[in-house]
Amino acid sequence: MDVLKRVPVREQDAQVRAKNFEEVCFGYNAEEAVAEASRCLNCKNAMCVKGCPVSIDIPAFIDHVKNNEFEEAYQTISESSALPAVCGRVCPQESQCEGKCIRGFKGDPVSIGKLERFVADWARENGIKPKKAEKMNGHKVAVIGSGPAGLTCAGDLAKLGYEVTIFEALHAAGGVLVYGIPEFRLPKDKVVAAEVENVKALGVKIETNVVIGKSITIDELIEDEGFEAVFIGSGAGLPKFMGIPGEQANGVFSANEYLTRNNLMKAFQEGYETPISRGKKVVVVGGGNVAMDAARTALRLGAETHIVYRRSEAELPARVEEVHHAKEEGVIFDLLQNPLEILVDENGWVKGIKIIKMELGEPDASGRRRPVEVPGSEYEIECDTVIMSLGTSPNPLISFTTEGLDINKWQCIVAEEETGATSKEGVYAGGDAVTGAATVILAMGAGKAAAAGIHEYLSNK
Amino acid sequence: MYPIVRKEVLADQIVLMDIKAPMVAKKCLPGQFIIAKTDEIGERIPLTICDYDREAETVTIVVQTIGAGTKRMMDLNEGDELMDFVGPLGCASELCEEKNLEETKQKKILFVAGGLGIAPVYPQVKWLHEHGVDVDVIMGCRTKDLLFYIDEMKAVAKNVYVATDDGSYGFHGNGCAQLEALYAEGKTYDQCVAIGPMIMMKYTALLTKKLEIPTIVSMNPIMVDGTGMCGACRLMVGGEVKFACVDGPEFDGHLVDFDQAMARQAQYKTEEGRAKLAYEEGNTHHGGCGHCGGDE
Repeated sequence: MDVLKRVPVREQDAQVRAKNFEEVCFGYNAEEAVAEASRCLNCKNAMCVKGCPVSIDIPAFIDHVKNNEFEEAYQTISESSALPAVCGRVCPQESQCEGKCIRGFKGDPVSIGKLERFVADWARENGIKPKKAEKMNGHKVAVIGSGPAGLTCAGDLAKLGYEVTIFEALHAAGGVLVYGIPEFRLPKDKVVAAEVENVKALGVKIETNVVIGKSITIDELIEDEGFEAVFIGSGAGLPKFMGIPGEQANGVFSANEYLTRNNLMKAFQEGYETPISRGKKVVVVGGGNVAMDAARTALRLGAETHIVYRRSEAELPARVEEVHHAKEEGVIFDLLQNPLEILVDENGWVKGIKIIKMELGEPDASGRRRPVEVPGSEYEIECDTVIMSLGTSPNPLISFTTEGLDINKWQCIVAEEETGATSKEGVYAGGDAVTGAATVILAMGAGKAAAAGIHEYLSNK
Repeated sequence: MYPIVRKEVLADQIVLMDIKAPMVAKKCLPGQFIIAKTDEIGERIPLTICDYDREAETVTIVVQTIGAGTKRMMDLNEGDELMDFVGPLGCASELCEEKNLEETKQKKILFVAGGLGIAPVYPQVKWLHEHGVDVDVIMGCRTKDLLFYIDEMKAVAKNVYVATDDGSYGFHGNGCAQLEALYAEGKTYDQCVAIGPMIMMKYTALLTKKLEIPTIVSMNPIMVDGTGMCGACRLMVGGEVKFACVDGPEFDGHLVDFDQAMARQAQYKTEEGRAKLAYEEGNTHHGGCGHCGGDE
């Protein structure tokens, strides 16, 4: 075995998986995991841990894998992460732990993500649960939102002995893990529901169908329901649109709507009632992970699918692996192109999209080269569905109904990065509600920081 | 789970249900809506709150068959349970807020309820009545078999004018014609609230614009989450994109782009019809249409 090369991971064939919603990546088996783990140099000053937003003791868990001690490996990860089976699948490891791996200087970095996934899957298949707090400390904390930030914060607090209740607005727990990320990247029943069960096994209560700000307010949670601290992990909000003509036509969806219909409401599955538009030719506008998810979903629903993105491939904000998978499956990338108008037929349905070609100019404030229009390069793509994947702006339900909670000019909740503390005493926040749309693991990092912040606050109260 | 504690068939294809939902019943106000889901495979269905009983912890909804999802919900009985019931969602009616009460008391208010819109109009009229404001109500329907809540409405409104398109009950003509007739008699109003099918709200708003009566409408577009996440319920109001679930559902009827809203509402018509057929008759192909090839 070449130690410079990582053990390859088995995947569903691209042609086959482009037509189903089964998981793309099969993951390692025990033998492959042990072989890959043996490539770890077990660095004293481990850079990978510094690259992990929740600071998992990576060398320690990999060492356990190397020695076939999978249960110990799981308990090591569980000390830091509430959702290892999720993170092993959707974290951008290439820019975090694996991006810092010493092996990466001269060869492939250790497949830390795939090892984490293996350990978490093994634990689930063998009925191993994370360890519960030995005794409760009698303090009640409310967590708003059961997405990655909320689950992490709740899990950490429960391990410290807090009595935690999560309030979820939707009918199923998991937040973006359920409504946003598709089945083929993150299986809902097998992985997400099982991770949620693990958080419940720590003693966390989850109440679905409760919209904080409407069903009950934060002030009422504190004053009437006896919660001593509240964590807001309510996630991103309303989808953004471009403001171009034709955007209200039938057949134009936000990626949030398209993915929610498919993932949360299971429109792709026979027997479920929620409809989804199965276009013949779909154009997805945007270049992030959500755009890739929407495009690969449309492809699986039978459409010829295009991604239209205004910069070049190097600037695509999506993970390299997602772009690679999308291409393998047959998604067509129309890069350096930007929509000008959605063309609408006489019945109000999309019939096409007018596009202009772009070229890269000088770098802008983000450091990326600014795309500028190429004069006279307009052309039209015929299509029946357009999916806008341009990010979101914060949901107003909580900030508008909570006395003394500061928001910034983008209407995101203002919270200290280290502790999650907001302008309101006892109220903490983290994840997309604070940062705007970001990743699962950054939200988890914020949930973790806030759990520590809340613990500190309540310990000194 | 949310038990159905009372079920009443109001009219053909229209059913009323009282649902035990303590959290919603404690907080809801007229003008707001809920989202209900029958079971695992069901859709999330937005329904306007028609009444509530804070002591009994129940919320009243009225359901009309549109597709398979509403049909299956209507087929449930007392003692059955809805799997999910969330709310209250959206903003309360501005007329039914304590802080606006003094201003509201100065106004001559007319409600125009069309068809199923009778249901959401009722709690507003009732709330106003309980707060010392008496209003007039026009209840418009296609035909008398679809009418419901006449006595209930009469108990809380000053004048109730019933109009049917076919003249089978009350005034012969639609709600707009009834309103024009009232104006011809010399009646005037300072505020109109029109709730019903979009086409009815559109024409009522056109008429009230001519009559110079400020008009509130309650929009009922397609929704998925109903909490400000998916953007399915977007509509144009005064040239701006608004989301019915968090910005509404009530808007200035003279600013809403109804034609676009109606086109958007028809988005899943074919799918809904097909699903309803499949539920009622076991299949969707009866042969003979000559287009789909399903019977070949």
